[in-house]
Amino acid sequence: MIEFINIAKSYGGTRVIDGLNLKISQGEFVVVIGPSGSGKSTLLKMVNRMEDHDTGKILLNGEEIYKFELRALRLRMGYAIQSVGLFPHWTVERNIATVPQMLGWPQDKIHRRVSELLQLFQLEESLYRRRLPHQLSGGQQQRVGVARALAADPDVLLMDEPFGALDPATRSALQLEMKRVHKVSGKTIVLVTHDIDEALLLATKIVLLDKGRIVQVGSPMELLTHPANDFVVDFLGRSDLGIKRLSLETAGAFARAEVAIDGPGLSPDASLREVVSFMAVHRVMKVNVTGNEATHVGVVHAADIFSGTVPGHAT
Amino acid sequence: MMPSQPSALAADASFASFSWLQDRLLDRLLWAALALIGLVWLLPYSTPLFHGLFPTLERPLYLQEPFVDLLWQHCALVALSSSIAVVIGSAAGVFITRARGREFASVVQAIGSIGQTFPPVAVLALAVPVVGFGELPALIALALYGLLPVLQATVAGLQSVPTAVRQSADGMGMSPWQRFAQVELPLALPVWLAGVRASVIINIGTAAIASTVGAKTLGSPIIVGLSGFNTAYVLQGAVLVGMLAIVVDMAFERLAKRVAWRA
Repeated sequence: MIEFINIAKSYGGTRVIDGLNLKISQGEFVVVIGPSGSGKSTLLKMVNRMEDHDTGKILLNGEEIYKFELRALRLRMGYAIQSVGLFPHWTVERNIATVPQMLGWPQDKIHRRVSELLQLFQLEESLYRRRLPHQLSGGQQQRVGVARALAADPDVLLMDEPFGALDPATRSALQLEMKRVHKVSGKTIVLVTHDIDEALLLATKIVLLDKGRIVQVGSPMELLTHPANDFVVDFLGRSDLGIKRLSLETAGAFARAEVAIDGPGLSPDASLREVVSFMAVHRVMKVNVTGNEATHVGVVHAADIFSGTVPGHAT
Repeated sequence: MMPSQPSALAADASFASFSWLQDRLLDRLLWAALALIGLVWLLPYSTPLFHGLFPTLERPLYLQEPFVDLLWQHCALVALSSSIAVVIGSAAGVFITRARGREFASVVQAIGSIGQTFPPVAVLALAVPVVGFGELPALIALALYGLLPVLQATVAGLQSVPTAVRQSADGMGMSPWQRFAQVELPLALPVWLAGVRASVIINIGTAAIASTVGAKTLGSPIIVGLSGFNTAYVLQGAVLVGMLAIVVDMAFERLAKRVAWRA
């Protein structure tokens, strides 16, 4: 889908991106993460040519991005930024319709698409369609910003710290929404952040950058279980590496096929982190896993979580 | 409750027409405009009044030209000169905020400032030997004088568009023209209009001076009055110029509410 080949860029003598190679496949949720000044934002902006690279090649579906006409390239990519940049004089509807309008979609198709997106982002249509951006909360503005980026069904969605300016509660709600949207739409998403928890939660592939170079590329689990070096360990948060790993594994995968015990159950999608937390709160060593419509799935044992083996796995 | 509904509706309708009337009655712009028209219409019949006010003056009412003609010519001169100032000032302001024109920004703004600091009377005096007496030197001086407020407001308005908004317009694939016409222009419009308003109001006052080079304006009674020690003439001209400025300013205020995109 997108391929970076030997990309380098300098700003007045300082290398911000240095010999970078990266492949992004269709449908991946790639999170680019790194400390400030690591070049992560620059990397993202190179894809839609908001920034030009000095050397190397970037391919989109096998074709050099400089082969495309600039506008055609950008119209194919959704773009959402931290400060949202909604057009303040346009309604929510008109904002979302920006790219479809430019592509000359018929009005009824645009109307339907706006309804669809408002629904996808859980914005009550009758309430928000006609509002102006300043009549929305920060979280709602960001939702509209992402909806606008998705409007014309782009091949790629580029997001530059989209949730950076939001309060923690709104941010985590939007992160879950983003995860859901990715699942539903199967879009290729490239997101830049400095928040490691956001990366671990959303990414199918994490790209960890430092000083313009890739330190490690891998799934969240790979980074946690096989960190390439001390920098990765420090960046992931040395002391609670294990806890973060628990949050990536699910109760369903650790359930023994056993009859139900007394007490409430957790969903199979609950993370082991939640399971451990539940056990600590209730002072128990086992907990039920209960699926949809109260069907019993199995029982998670504390010992299995820490040994990493599940005798008689439920599924 | 049911039987009372029709009468309630009728009451609503009459209330609506009443509130329309009320809106008109409270419309300050309407009253100010009527006052100006009334003044122009009644002044020719006010000789006894000015005799009373200025008993020492032999002819206390300006009669060389009808006030209606002077008002009309004053308006025409201001409209024409302000239009020139607005067109040139806006075009220059847009140009120096584009990527191509950015290097000319300081030069253009310096020229605008010179136009503003140069006294209009001096411009008139310099223009007369070149283009002769009459409306033309007045037009040049006024257009030059009105340039800077428009230029500055155009630049300020365009620069007030947030960077994030401009960045997302580019990032979404808007062409430079689309970005300008659909995003920057509507957002800059209120600030721009404030500059045009200042320019026009200044020009209404300054246009009175144009009578010194032979243009017929509401300044004519003032100039004639000053040179002939006729305070009544000065008063008549000044009151009309002042009223005109008030009416036009109110009209701009009304217009400003229309272009405001912030609810």
